[in-house]
Amino acid sequence: MDIPRYERLWLGIGIGTLILFLFITGFMGFSMGLHPTDGMKKTVEPEKVTQSPPFDHPGLRRIGPDEYVLTSVSYVFGYDPMEVTVPAGAKVHFRATSRDVVHGLYIPGTTVNMMVEPGHITEQTFTFNKPGEYLVLCHEYCGSGHHLMQGRIFVTGE
Amino acid sequence: MAKTANETGETLAKHRYDERDRRLILAHVGVSVTALLIGAVAGLLQVVERAGWIRLPGGINYYQMLTLHGVLLALVFTTFFIFGYLYAGLARTLDGALVSASRKWAWIGYGMMTFGTLLAAAHILTHEATVLYTFYPPLQAAPGFYIGLALLVVGSWLASAVVIINYMQWRRRNKGESSPLFAYMGLVTVILWLHASLYVAIEVVVQLIPWSLGWVDRVNVALSRTLFWWFGHALVYFWLLPAYIYWYVNIPQIIGGKIFSSSLPRLTFLLLLLFSIPVGFHHQLSDPGIESFWKFLQVTLTMAVVVPTLMTAFAILATFEMAGRDKGAKGLFGWVKKLPWKDVRFFTPFMAMVIFIAGGAGGVIMASYQLNQLVHNTWFITGHFHMTLASTVGLTYFAALYWMIPILRHRKLTPGINRLGIIQTVIWTIGMLLMSVTMHVVGLMGAPRRSSFSTYGGHEIVSSWMPYLQLISVGGILLFVAILLAVYLFIHLWFLAPKTDRPADFPIGVVSEKASQPPRILERWSVWVGLSVVLSIIAYAVPLADMLLNPAPGALPLRPW
Repeated sequence: MDIPRYERLWLGIGIGTLILFLFITGFMGFSMGLHPTDGMKKTVEPEKVTQSPPFDHPGLRRIGPDEYVLTSVSYVFGYDPMEVTVPAGAKVHFRATSRDVVHGLYIPGTTVNMMVEPGHITEQTFTFNKPGEYLVLCHEYCGSGHHLMQGRIFVTGE
Repeated sequence: MAKTANETGETLAKHRYDERDRRLILAHVGVSVTALLIGAVAGLLQVVERAGWIRLPGGINYYQMLTLHGVLLALVFTTFFIFGYLYAGLARTLDGALVSASRKWAWIGYGMMTFGTLLAAAHILTHEATVLYTFYPPLQAAPGFYIGLALLVVGSWLASAVVIINYMQWRRRNKGESSPLFAYMGLVTVILWLHASLYVAIEVVVQLIPWSLGWVDRVNVALSRTLFWWFGHALVYFWLLPAYIYWYVNIPQIIGGKIFSSSLPRLTFLLLLLFSIPVGFHHQLSDPGIESFWKFLQVTLTMAVVVPTLMTAFAILATFEMAGRDKGAKGLFGWVKKLPWKDVRFFTPFMAMVIFIAGGAGGVIMASYQLNQLVHNTWFITGHFHMTLASTVGLTYFAALYWMIPILRHRKLTPGINRLGIIQTVIWTIGMLLMSVTMHVVGLMGAPRRSSFSTYGGHEIVSSWMPYLQLISVGGILLFVAILLAVYLFIHLWFLAPKTDRPADFPIGVVSEKASQPPRILERWSVWVGLSVVLSIIAYAVPLADMLLNPAPGALPLRPW
């Protein structure tokens, strides 16, 4: 197969860029721990999830100075808890599941972007540095009230 | 048997479609255009509702329209067009007509696909299947919706078999020869489709139909999403490959040039086959239940499609430049002026290519392992696939219909229609820039996709989206006008354009005399199908085994609409 000289040059630059790109992305992921949202833990049957730990007591729990775990249950069409308040600089470990269909837990303006699936626990960590009222919304279609499904995280100043 | 035109550089002899092929192809085109029109109406209703301009009347629901829009445009418009176009190109390049015995199967496939479409559409319209076109369980539609989709897929398998039969029969009649480029590319398209659609068929037939009939209580959610996207990403390449066929094979003839290589386009298609299927996890980067390692591996495989994409960009531009220089163009860019800008058969797919550059860049962002976190399930995604699918693929299909319909109806593509087709493309491009670019921007600002109008309790970040929503609606209305114009042109070409005894020819480019014979390995299918399967196994075996052997508790059905 005869590949013209200019095409070899063109492909060489392209493939070189691609390898560099993948190397940087992979380095960020595996050396710096910057992976997308995930979570390998599982729950009991989704409809019973609110009867067994940890989702029998959804809410915010302080685990250290400026560090919290937010245990969240999604349902049609809301979150439990609906609202939480943390101080600025709080590092929040999200731990979310659904007791019915697939939902999303998304906070516009941040990198908090999680798929919340029945039977699974999705985990992500985010530090809220800027005070304000953060909107939490569902970004996976879950039924006729999908666009009404929301919550709030209030981040208070020093 | 004479050597094929593709090999010798001769133009194909004047061709006239067999009456039976003509009817078969037109039947596919008819369903495709009907789906386009209805899907566009659903799109219009959605886009003006989302901006808060109207409330949908008569109990129509935003999500119902979204389901209809997705199913009709992404699955029906595309699939029927693709098989109509492939049959037309095969009949043209494989000795002038489809194999007689294969036509019966083509009609049975057509019947199954049409019946499946009607069944699924009826359930959407009666509000029994408001699950969007991705139908993620445990949202549960009525069984008829899933059965309709299964018939659509199985019907498309028969259609794929017709493509394979025609290819194999030709190879048998022409021992030792490389197949014509169109047939080769059509074959790769259906191999990709058969491999990928197997997974969605397993999801629908094994998981969802028994569950929707109440035979089993629970559904494995992670497994269903994985099977869907194993198919779902290859689906977009199933739409794109026929557009590439147009660019590689039809356009050189339209612009009076030649295909500069017979080998590289084949290699491009093989690479697209290999790297479009084992990559579905990049749609699930934010999902729980999949180890990061496997997500990253599939990101790597996803990005490998950069290689055949760059090869295509090179080949297309090289063909343009060579055509211009053959016509006496001077200087570095003189050839640009020699291109037939006023010919809708060239101008429309050219705009499709230009938009694909932006669409492709957005795609790289989305599939980037970390950056996806900023855009996942926002309007950025919707903006992306309205550039790539709706514009790159859609405009190329429109362009093909502008010449296919008159050829098959023995009519003329008049200068007046040609001009209106160019105007259609201009309106489309302006509407798409307004809509899709704005969707990208407002997606980065946090606006979610697939959501009905909502102020989210008057939150300030939502207020900041509102001006953009108005622009998106204006763009959406322009796109609707463009589709109405396109459909008017299709109807005009079908029934009203002047009749002729000598319709134009289906344009098939010839390969440059300087190009060498393609290596035989490119046509050894056991190798390529085998590699495709092996890549799928490498990418999926371990995470899939984990989902099957160590599953999360299943979910019960719900119908929250």
